[in-house]
Amino acid sequence: MALDIATVRRIARLARIRVPEEELPVMAEELSRIMDWIEQLNAVDTSNVAPMTSVADMRPHQREDAVTDGGVPEKVLANATDRVGNFFTVPKVVE
Amino acid sequence: MAYSIQGKTGAWEVVIGLEVHAQVVSKSKLFSGAATEFGAEPNTQVSLVDAAMPGMLPVINARCVEQAVRTGLGLNAKINLTSTFERKNYFYPDLPFGYQISQYLHPVVGEGVMTLDMPDGTTRDVGIERLHLEQDAGKSLHDQDPNRTFIDLNRAGVALMEIVSKPDLRSPEEAGAYVRKMRTILRYLDTCDGNMEQGSLRCDVNVSVRKAGEGLRTRCEIKNVNSVRFVMQAIEIEAERQVELYESGGSVIQETRLYDPDRGETRPMRSKEEAHDYRYFPDPDLLPLALDQAYVDRLRAALPELPDAKKARFRVLYGLSPADATQLTAERELAAYFETVAEGRDAKIAANWTLQELTAMLNKRGLTITESPVSAQQLGALIGLISDNTISGRIAKDVFEEMVETGGDPVKIVDAKGLRQITDTGAIEAAVDKVIAENPAQAEQYRSGDQKVTGWFVGQIMKATGGKANPKMVNELLKKKLGG
Repeated sequence: MALDIATVRRIARLARIRVPEEELPVMAEELSRIMDWIEQLNAVDTSNVAPMTSVADMRPHQREDAVTDGGVPEKVLANATDRVGNFFTVPKVVE
Repeated sequence: MAYSIQGKTGAWEVVIGLEVHAQVVSKSKLFSGAATEFGAEPNTQVSLVDAAMPGMLPVINARCVEQAVRTGLGLNAKINLTSTFERKNYFYPDLPFGYQISQYLHPVVGEGVMTLDMPDGTTRDVGIERLHLEQDAGKSLHDQDPNRTFIDLNRAGVALMEIVSKPDLRSPEEAGAYVRKMRTILRYLDTCDGNMEQGSLRCDVNVSVRKAGEGLRTRCEIKNVNSVRFVMQAIEIEAERQVELYESGGSVIQETRLYDPDRGETRPMRSKEEAHDYRYFPDPDLLPLALDQAYVDRLRAALPELPDAKKARFRVLYGLSPADATQLTAERELAAYFETVAEGRDAKIAANWTLQELTAMLNKRGLTITESPVSAQQLGALIGLISDNTISGRIAKDVFEEMVETGGDPVKIVDAKGLRQITDTGAIEAAVDKVIAENPAQAEQYRSGDQKVTGWFVGQIMKATGGKANPKMVNELLKKKLGG
């Protein structure tokens, strides 16, 4: 399956990845090859097979509802680039 | 008569679907052990899971699952024993993961039904499409600084139930009734506190219009409407906008809009201009949620009496009208209060006093039913005094005011102030005779056929007896004396 340049540009924007215009054709070719591979997988008829979600047949562990975490603003904010008090800040998001 | 918008080309029907986001009542978050309490210092209720630090793994909170299933049962909905969590991908500063863990193809709760109680006492069933569990985002504060937005992640990761209705609603009134009933059910179940001001219950409204008999036209979604009144206003304004657009030759484009109550308009949300492309996929960090039927049955058996059942019981047990029964069961606490007031007493008088005097007093003072200065036992005792003719309804209102002020016992107040009703015929007769004798002109007016003065006479006699004469006896004696 061939992805066109416009689709690749759109995917890049959705993923917030900056791709220079001249690199789009290369990217399109690489992504198209991945899509080809997926198409190959899709050729197998799995209509009677339930999706495998884990190699072990297990249920997710459920936690008890208790406060066991938090209270670590210094750790949470450790990588903040422009901290004000206990807030993260970002350039104004206007609505 | 059905609601419609009258345009130049005739009547337009309005089609409404609602998405309610209800914050789950739980101590800790959906996938982390950080606290959920409202109003804490910024970023103090954030675990490294919520902050999306690399290598952190989500682990689901059993209580949140239980609350979602209980809510599903309260909405008469199908519980899906297997459901999956997916990643809904989008970028926003208060969403540290770059995706929201949500449910998409396989939600925990499927189709259900909710019964609306309309203001005129009628009911109407509305379909529920689904209920799924998801994470709330953090909070963006835009007004703290001219150039920056502040981010607090305390809310990030708190469990939400997104409850989606079918597009079954046809008027702003029905949409209002839907939100009110949803809130009532959630509060009965204690699965969401229903506080719209603090944002623990939020609404997205989908609106489209059509001519009678048509299929569905393009809809717009109005995001984050935070009161019942605004939901109703936004629908009306958006429906009118769409009608004008169609009638001037335009067409509606599917988009996300905001309602601005100050300007009375809806407008497109700039941040959502890009077409919805959330690229959902199953979250590889989370196994499918698997529940047993026995677990669901156990939760069902432990549900409290829900609003519809309570309303039906109130109608039969207390002989109440649909409207009174709806109002009295709107809040679990009010219903319990009423049942105490009505115990062993005239239920109709108990209902009137609870819904009128008591509710008016609470509204005036900005109090909730649980903060009432008059206890249910005290109000019950007051109603007992009315029923056994110890005091009249008129005097009861004065006694009630005194109870509100002093928190006193009604019997003691009546005795201390000498308010017991005069039921002694001789005493009332004397008062009637005296008033008639002192007002020969009015008496003559009555005798010549003008019975309008009756009310005036009753007033004078009540005044002469300090309001304590039994009004029924006054009326009878007055008629006898004047007519005779």
